[in-house]
Amino acid sequence: MDGEELTEQETALYDRQIRVWGANAQRRLTKSHILVSGIKGTVAEFCKNIVLAGVGSVTLMDDSLVNEEALNANFLIPPDENAYRGKTVAEICCDSLKDFNPMVLVSVEKGDLSARSTEFFEKFDVVVIGYGSLATKKAVNEKCRKLSKRVAFYTVDCRDSCGEIFVDLQDYKYTKVPCMMLQFCMSILTSLLWNFQQKKLEEKVECELNFPSFQEAVSVPWKPIPRRTAKLYFAMRVIEVFEENEGRKHGQCSLLDLPTVLEIKKKLCEANTVSESHVPDSLLERLITGTIEFPPACAIVGGILAQEVIKAVSGKGEPLNNFFYYDAQDGKGVMENISNSFTS
Amino acid sequence: MDTQQQQQQQSSIQGAKVLMVGAGGIGCELLKTLALSGFQDIHIIDMDTIEVSNLNRQFLFRRSHVGQSKAKVARDAVLKFRPHINIRSYHANVKNPEFDVDFFKQFDVVLNGLDNLDARRHVNRLCLAADVPLVESGTTGFLGQVTVHVKGKTECYECQTKPAPKTYPVCTITSTPTKFVHCIVWAKDLLFAKLFGDKNQDNDLNVRANNAASSSKETEDVFERAEDEDIDQYGRKIYDHVFGYNIEAALSNEETWKNRTRPRPIYSKEVLPESLSQQNGTTQNCSATDDDSTVSAMPLLGLKNPQELWGLTQNSLVFIEALKLFFAKRKKEIGHLTFDKDDQLAVEFVTAAANIRAESFGIPLHSLFEAKGIAGNIVHAVATTNAIVAGLIVIEAIKVLKKDADKYRMTYCLEHPSRKMLLMPVEPFEPNPACYVCSKTPLVLEVNTQKSKLRDLVDKIVTAKLGMNLPLIMHGASLLYEVGDDLDDIMVANYNANLEKSLSELPSPVINGSILTVEDLQQELSCKINVKHREEFDEEKEPEGMVLSGWTQSPATNGESASTSNNENEKAVDVTESSSGPEMASKKRRLSETQPENDKKETENVESDDDEIMEIENPVMVSKKKKRVE
Repeated sequence: MDGEELTEQETALYDRQIRVWGANAQRRLTKSHILVSGIKGTVAEFCKNIVLAGVGSVTLMDDSLVNEEALNANFLIPPDENAYRGKTVAEICCDSLKDFNPMVLVSVEKGDLSARSTEFFEKFDVVVIGYGSLATKKAVNEKCRKLSKRVAFYTVDCRDSCGEIFVDLQDYKYTKVPCMMLQFCMSILTSLLWNFQQKKLEEKVECELNFPSFQEAVSVPWKPIPRRTAKLYFAMRVIEVFEENEGRKHGQCSLLDLPTVLEIKKKLCEANTVSESHVPDSLLERLITGTIEFPPACAIVGGILAQEVIKAVSGKGEPLNNFFYYDAQDGKGVMENISNSFTS
Repeated sequence: MDTQQQQQQQSSIQGAKVLMVGAGGIGCELLKTLALSGFQDIHIIDMDTIEVSNLNRQFLFRRSHVGQSKAKVARDAVLKFRPHINIRSYHANVKNPEFDVDFFKQFDVVLNGLDNLDARRHVNRLCLAADVPLVESGTTGFLGQVTVHVKGKTECYECQTKPAPKTYPVCTITSTPTKFVHCIVWAKDLLFAKLFGDKNQDNDLNVRANNAASSSKETEDVFERAEDEDIDQYGRKIYDHVFGYNIEAALSNEETWKNRTRPRPIYSKEVLPESLSQQNGTTQNCSATDDDSTVSAMPLLGLKNPQELWGLTQNSLVFIEALKLFFAKRKKEIGHLTFDKDDQLAVEFVTAAANIRAESFGIPLHSLFEAKGIAGNIVHAVATTNAIVAGLIVIEAIKVLKKDADKYRMTYCLEHPSRKMLLMPVEPFEPNPACYVCSKTPLVLEVNTQKSKLRDLVDKIVTAKLGMNLPLIMHGASLLYEVGDDLDDIMVANYNANLEKSLSELPSPVINGSILTVEDLQQELSCKINVKHREEFDEEKEPEGMVLSGWTQSPATNGESASTSNNENEKAVDVTESSSGPEMASKKRRLSETQPENDKKETENVESDDDEIMEIENPVMVSKKKKRVE
């Protein structure tokens, strides 16, 4: 037992999902604190999902003012200019999210995420950075890793109809039902059977994973990385460098920047001794011209991210290790494991 | 996509007229994503009203909306962030005659977010008849799938057999249960129904394996409660009868127990020795309100946690207490009640009864939470899978509108990566030439034409298996049966008379070799059935005395038999909430054989054995897939 029981209200509300992940996992969820920075379509979806799931609290950070562009793909912002004028994205989204589940504490934190001290992050169990700059992602990840308490760290980025999720759970212990049995359980598709199986098996396997830091994961030499790895990994690294070099905010680019981006790609490929075909030009072009998020991709990536956070908080289920890529063009959603283990 | 292509895409989206069927788990997410993606003309049908248990994922609804129409509230909620689009909501059953082929014809694409096989088949047929593309979907827990169905180009929804609703053999339920679900069915469909349901309904409760000679009149009286019979006493009497006496009677038949574990009779005096009115005279102390539909036994017994496992004593206390409360507080409803998973007292009673029976038969007991899930056929559901599936549906819908046939995909959403993929796209299959729905292949029915009646054919085959709503049955030029509003009394009488006749005795005798035409005008579906006479049927394996076959998987299948006979080993679950999951993926004909890119090759070689996922649909009871257990 993990402490207080769920209230009657919680049991009734969360009945259907308790049948998926169990009452213990639900209890842990209700005590968890999530920090979310950078809110656009995908992160709005993510927030909706975790609020519905019944986390303890969600702290939102996004001081950008609401404008027409912010309305795209973000259903948390009602299109009433009188209502949103002068307000920040975080403020408006906060009000909408509270509505989805009054049992979750949703609040706004103002200011610059990268300027926060290490201690600031100790309040949270999970930190999610949406659309962050390379520098911010590195800095925050480092701070999280300094803490003695393990803070789960995620980044998410959606451009055009593609998405990238990065996961860092440091040294992570979790339980899972052995794969064979699990695939079978999948084939049953009923909660009761899930419960039956869980009861019968009682042989959950204890596992452990070691995640590389963000810094390490994005600096892995390209050459040893397997050929069939998602091209998006490399493309996103090129764009990260571009935006950092040019001092651009996330998504602040256009077709005019293509030559510069291709130059960076060329340099990176040379430095990594791989051919330029390693990163398709067409993909880069898509990513820098597609500045508006594609709502279906937001729903998909936001959904996957929420599932990951729920797993990490509950300690149940095998986590993504350590990147996830989605591309609506080929319809695939793939997990990639990228770390320095390739070179060892 | 360049700017011009993007503009064209936006234009197809903006001009499209879309029909959504279902405004529940998938529906809410889908409506939201459609609106955000630029769709401007959306119609949505849903017959349900909002319940509290929906709120963990159907995020367009609030607590204050409980009881209101899902379609209507979903519409209002989405208009809040996209006020200028057109959404038309219908609080109705999609099977209603108003939603005929002409209705479907007005749409460019139909998107299903349903939770039962019956409705899905119905919509499938109407889409075929109207020649409108259909995007189907389903989710359960972390699993989900999206499929595209375009007439003539891809399989229709019914080209691959879906497990049909099954029932357990009566004797398993009444005499020889081996699983907890058997006890639930007994408690719910027999005991609960006998005590609180329609008294005129047939009930197998007292059927014993050897049809004991004891007078049925005697046993009938047991269940009737005399006007001022003490509730405690009555409760114990029932308890003793079903858990004690009936078990002893069953034990008297040695044959039955030769190779089975013998049950043990349980009597109330051994489990609850003190008089109950002393132990918890709480019912008597309750305020004398006659009607209280929220009354519950658990709190009165100090039981708080629905996930807790109760022992025999506690279950027995709940049994008696719940029974007492029905009579004390809900007297008016007795004789009219059907089991409802949201009826707390009914759930308590059924749980207790099932557990006591389980104890008797040496079957592991279950908590109220678990029992409720089984009895109520509850499907577990979370918001994230629905959101992901909704995104996938919109992506396929856009491809359909652009007529990008090469890009149509079936997409599976998995909990564990298969070849690194959590989202796995697969090319759709070509239509199954042996599909009786879209390819008009005749079926074969094996039946004893002298014993089986037309009524059996109508109920078990035409309605249940073929999924026809308003059937019409012809033998040559002779109209044997039809349903409709425009029939005159003579015709109706004639058809009713026909129902009671055996097939070979019909005005136009149906015998070996006869060919029947069965049609549903609303679904615009017509099929032929070749009748083969067979004398004997296996009581256990073919309890219905009829075997329908002929619509088969394609020859390349390596999946399980597609036989539609009542195969004990194939079972299914009623999906009451969110929709069901992925289908049996078998190695079959793919839509296009060319593989221009390396990428394509990867998806086409997806091993179906990896992800053996069965679609689960609307059946009577829960079960397990026998072949993989252990």
